[in-house]
Amino acid sequence: MLIDRQARLVEVESWGDYFLFTFDAPEIARQAQPGQFLMIKVSETTQPLLRRPISLHNVEDTRVQIFFQVAGQGTRLLSSKQPGQRLDLLGPLGKGFSTRPEFRGREIFCVGGGRGLAPLYYLARELRSLGARPVIFYGGRREADLPLKDRLKAAGFELLVSTDDGSCGFRGLVTSLVEEELNKRKPVFLYACGPDPMMEKLAGICRRQNLSGEFSLESIMGCGFGACWGCVKKIRSGGQAKYLKICQDGPVFPIEEIVWQENEHG
Amino acid sequence: MVDLSVNLGFQKLKNPVLAASGTFGYGLEFKPFYDLELLGGFVVKGLYLKPREGNRPPRLVETPSGLINSIGLQGIGVEAFCREVLPELAGLRTAVIVNVCGEEEDEYARVAEYLSRHQGIAALELNISCPNVREGGRCPAQSPEATYRTVKRVKQVTSLPLITKLSPNVTDITAVALASEEAGTEAISLINTLLAMAVDTETRKPKLGNIMGGLSGPAIKPIALRMVFQVARAVKVPVIGMGGIFSAEDALEFMMAGATAVQVGTANFVHPDACLKIIKGLETWAEKHGITKISEVTGSLNI
Repeated sequence: MLIDRQARLVEVESWGDYFLFTFDAPEIARQAQPGQFLMIKVSETTQPLLRRPISLHNVEDTRVQIFFQVAGQGTRLLSSKQPGQRLDLLGPLGKGFSTRPEFRGREIFCVGGGRGLAPLYYLARELRSLGARPVIFYGGRREADLPLKDRLKAAGFELLVSTDDGSCGFRGLVTSLVEEELNKRKPVFLYACGPDPMMEKLAGICRRQNLSGEFSLESIMGCGFGACWGCVKKIRSGGQAKYLKICQDGPVFPIEEIVWQENEHG
Repeated sequence: MVDLSVNLGFQKLKNPVLAASGTFGYGLEFKPFYDLELLGGFVVKGLYLKPREGNRPPRLVETPSGLINSIGLQGIGVEAFCREVLPELAGLRTAVIVNVCGEEEDEYARVAEYLSRHQGIAALELNISCPNVREGGRCPAQSPEATYRTVKRVKQVTSLPLITKLSPNVTDITAVALASEEAGTEAISLINTLLAMAVDTETRKPKLGNIMGGLSGPAIKPIALRMVFQVARAVKVPVIGMGGIFSAEDALEFMMAGATAVQVGTANFVHPDACLKIIKGLETWAEKHGITKISEVTGSLNI
């Protein structure tokens, strides 16, 4: 039985608009898979009304972590929570990333744009435990948008960073950095999460390079578990494009199945 | 021990709390959360004859204590429902109510007729009030004549009890309620969502892909309550009240205003076990007030 559990917030770290929360949530930790998400109640009142969907950043023992950026009223309220407070967490929800045994010994690209890095840390750990070699790409507007870069490095991951203003790492879009690296090496798979324009561009690069992969999509959600049909994205499935639920059929989809333009068919 | 049962005439419910159509999927989505048999019943998502694509996203926008949706009744259609979903619901000891949609009167009748050939359905709820499927939010429930014709037409093809779901987007809801009663509806449910919109001031674009949508949630509760009160006074058939019910106190308000039962909608999104909490809350309230039968609350408003 899935229930919404009250979980204790045990640690809060922050860098400007970015927050890393650690909860003690044994039941969620036991079931979680990389790429899944939580629906979090941010208010005791009806304002805002809905929970917020936030992806799992990391799971260790009985603890789960979320990494998010303040983007509106809901995440602002969430960011004001203090260690010791208990929050309603519903999850783990959705279908996470799929990993394959043949990834062992191979390079896998994990591309995160800004807060889109959130689900990739947990994924990269999983890939490493499978014996694969994850390469993390972490892009942002400026260095302040890459608060987790030192931790990723400290965790021993190969990390390539980009900033639009050149304040850190490669100067330019993370998609350009990925493209440049693809001239030098051939990963067997690519995972990504980030803003739509980044993902759409990356989808084009993967298509041209004949590289398969999976994207984790973001959406406003009503419920998070398939009841409201509010978070749909057009996905090619069984030969035709149709609206699938990001919360239940996703949030992770194969890159080639995602339809970027609403009026595109087939 | 409080007797929570209520009687809709055609159907006795173990308690007055039904999960509302459009917020409860096909019922199965809530099975991971609790035993569906604890509910008075539930109303599955609206069904057309054929699968339906639904409206372009974004389909949801939050407003103060409210939610505007423009889902557009995306769904699997009545055939797939009867083949794939209904067998899993049919054995449940709770009232399974199916929400029936149509592009025109004939389609409502054909969907109802199709459903009538299957076991396990307690009643049909006629969705003549969805604001998201026709240009400008129009629907049959905006006219007493169209309401009468649709209900009458469906009555001719089914022996299943009918609950007619009314729209608040009208000038006089009692006229529509009376028309549905005259056409033979066994019960009336109200309100569906209020036609609404929201604008992004940065882009000057509507926040919904479909421009307009239906507002639900606590924001609409006072309006819903007023309309339930008006309709319950006007008709003899049982009234099922809904609109922003998030707590047992909300449910009791609707019952005092004349509702025999209530439906819980948007609350299911925020708290998947909202219906259970409300059922429990009704029991607690009744015990505190020395009420042995919750059905006594219906229409007990002191004026």
